[in-house]
Amino acid sequence: MTASNHHWRKTKNMLMQTITFVCAVLVILPLLLVFFQLLTRGASSINWAFFTQLPKPVGEVGGGMANSIVGTFILILLASTLGVPVGVLGGVFLSEYTHRRLNWWIRFTADVINGVPSITWGMVVYALIVVPMKGFSMLAGGVVLGLMMIPLIMRTTEEVLQLVPTGYREAALALGISQWRVIMQIVVRTATKGIVTGVLLALARIAGETAPLLFTAFGNAYWTHKLTEPVAALPLQIFSYAISPYDDWRRQAWAGALVLILLVCALNIGVRTLTRDRFGGARRDV
Amino acid sequence: MPNAPLEQKTAKTAALTVRGLSIFFGNHAVLKNVSIDIAAKAVTAIIGPSGCGKSTFLRAINRMHELNPEARMEGEISLFGENIYSRETEAVVVRRRVGMVFQKSNPFPTMSVSENVTVGLRLNGIRDRRVLTQRTEEALRMAALWDEVKDRLQAPAISLSGGQQQRLCIARALAVQPEVLLMDEPASALDPLATQKIEDLIIDLKKDYTIVIVTHNMQQAARSSDTTAFFYLGELVEYGPTTRIFTKPAQKRTEDYVTGRFG
Amino acid sequence: MDNHFDIGLEELRQKLLLMASRAESAVNESVQALMQRNHMLAMKVRADDDIIDEFELEIDEMAILLLTKAPLASNLRLVTVAMKVSQNLERIGDEATKIAKRALDLAEEPPIKLALDLPRLAGMALAMVKESLDSFVERDSTAARALIPRDKEVDAVNREMHGALAQYMMEHPEAIARCLHWIVAAKSLERIADHAKNIAEEVVYLCEAQDIRHHLKK
Repeated sequence: MTASNHHWRKTKNMLMQTITFVCAVLVILPLLLVFFQLLTRGASSINWAFFTQLPKPVGEVGGGMANSIVGTFILILLASTLGVPVGVLGGVFLSEYTHRRLNWWIRFTADVINGVPSITWGMVVYALIVVPMKGFSMLAGGVVLGLMMIPLIMRTTEEVLQLVPTGYREAALALGISQWRVIMQIVVRTATKGIVTGVLLALARIAGETAPLLFTAFGNAYWTHKLTEPVAALPLQIFSYAISPYDDWRRQAWAGALVLILLVCALNIGVRTLTRDRFGGARRDV
Repeated sequence: MPNAPLEQKTAKTAALTVRGLSIFFGNHAVLKNVSIDIAAKAVTAIIGPSGCGKSTFLRAINRMHELNPEARMEGEISLFGENIYSRETEAVVVRRRVGMVFQKSNPFPTMSVSENVTVGLRLNGIRDRRVLTQRTEEALRMAALWDEVKDRLQAPAISLSGGQQQRLCIARALAVQPEVLLMDEPASALDPLATQKIEDLIIDLKKDYTIVIVTHNMQQAARSSDTTAFFYLGELVEYGPTTRIFTKPAQKRTEDYVTGRFG
Repeated sequence: MDNHFDIGLEELRQKLLLMASRAESAVNESVQALMQRNHMLAMKVRADDDIIDEFELEIDEMAILLLTKAPLASNLRLVTVAMKVSQNLERIGDEATKIAKRALDLAEEPPIKLALDLPRLAGMALAMVKESLDSFVERDSTAARALIPRDKEVDAVNREMHGALAQYMMEHPEAIARCLHWIVAAKSLERIADHAKNIAEEVVYLCEAQDIRHHLKK
């Protein structure tokens, strides 16, 4: 171990450290840029009116995106009522009931579907729901987002359940508890945090989906009162405002984008908070 | 392959009667034609080298080997005279009469100490709070854990030490009031002090329960059991009073294993 | 393949055999010294007893050490038998020393005129010692069992000698001291035979795991 070797190793270490640091920073950079843009262009347009008023007709200045914000929330809710139960139970099936061939096919299909472009989903639901109902609707919007959530939630649920040690299942079964109860009240309960994480991540993903909503929810300048009516949603509104020729609308589009990204951030922060280790849990060995 | 010689029935009744038990995983025979009587309210130790089938034997008693979809079983096991493998008998019912404690302690992490103890009762429909509280104290006392946890019944179960967690698992199994308690190397993950507590506990418990314990530690079998059975390559080679097995075993294979010549 | 424990057991066995051969020699030499009125030999036997005592201590220590390793079945029996046999061998050594002491005392005085059958008694006792040790080496429990009733024969011969000497003492009071020495020597030989019987009983326990002490079984 000569001195020069030592020196070279030190330099190599420093070099690697610097390179990896730079790469990490490069990753964060786009996110920072996005935030910066949104904040500078959109923050000024965020005011009380933005959250409470409906869009004003063309030409008039002012107004807000109240209906879009509410609409997005309602769509997320509708999507969840479809996506969460089906996704979670599907994940439970994949993890807890072993039917080799069938499970393999289901997983394969789910992974493929995850890769299907969202606009395709939109067209499918258009054909299946919008056409028979002869109109765009909140229902269709909820359905398409829900369908997109299912494979996501199913796979994350399955993976989280697989992480639950077999020992818990065996211990519960050995107590004479029926299998269904073991699954729902022991295994799923142990994996709850993980499942919720999966759900929140899926929600964060679909909250910003625009293309499928073009064919289903369609957008609405007013409040929606019925499931069968079209509904306004943030991504849709941002889209139509952003490509419009009106300055005022374009400013509002920036504001809308900022709100949307804050929503997604909030969901992600929620995930982080949930998954932090609450039990410091030091174990004595006696 | 001839059976091991059946010991003369002791004055105690047999809690478990096993006849011609063979278990196959796929095509592989893990247990071959095992016949044995397990005495009631006594401790029977199962010893043998790795892979001899002792854990499989234990799990056959509460039908846990059925969790492996490739498992196939022949023969008969009777619990106090009732065939536990008959068509009308559900595995769930058998498991309420035959409890099990595992090698690695596994208290449910989302539940407190008392919730863990009562989980077998609650998830089987018993909701009466008085019954649950009473059974909790009983079970924890029987597991020699009451004094240590009575002030923190609501604490998370995983905040207990390793030895305490294992005793909690024992309490959890006892709360269901089984007739037989199966223990699969219950102390192998514990330090000597905690191990000794578990062994003393086993000797106390045999007043009320039939206990079958699988162990790879012969001194543990010698210390805490009344009867010992030696398994080798899926066969029951010999079984009898523990002192006899460890001072003058009848079969050469037993003698060789016990004196450390193999395994 | 021998592990360290088996090697320890074998060392114990070997040590016991060494002690055994010393005890056997002690008896042989003490009887010789007695019959041949050999002062030097008698002194040697007395000095060598320390070695036999030392062996007993070493064997007990080795045995305790092996017991901490929790031996089982035949290993356990070997260790406990080794402790018992070493104790019997040590006593045999002590008895040989007593015979040597009496030999010294008798050598200083003229011999008595009684024809004693001591060689026969000594021969029987020596044979029992040798055969009991052989049965240990060979792990021959049948031979050990055959040995046990012979103790009674030795007792009988001893009683005969005792009677003959008692008679002689009454007729020749000047020879009382010398007769007493002979009586004690004979008694020692009878005790040596007892210890040989004990060793044989231990051999039976080692081989058959049957404890036949204090009563004759099967």
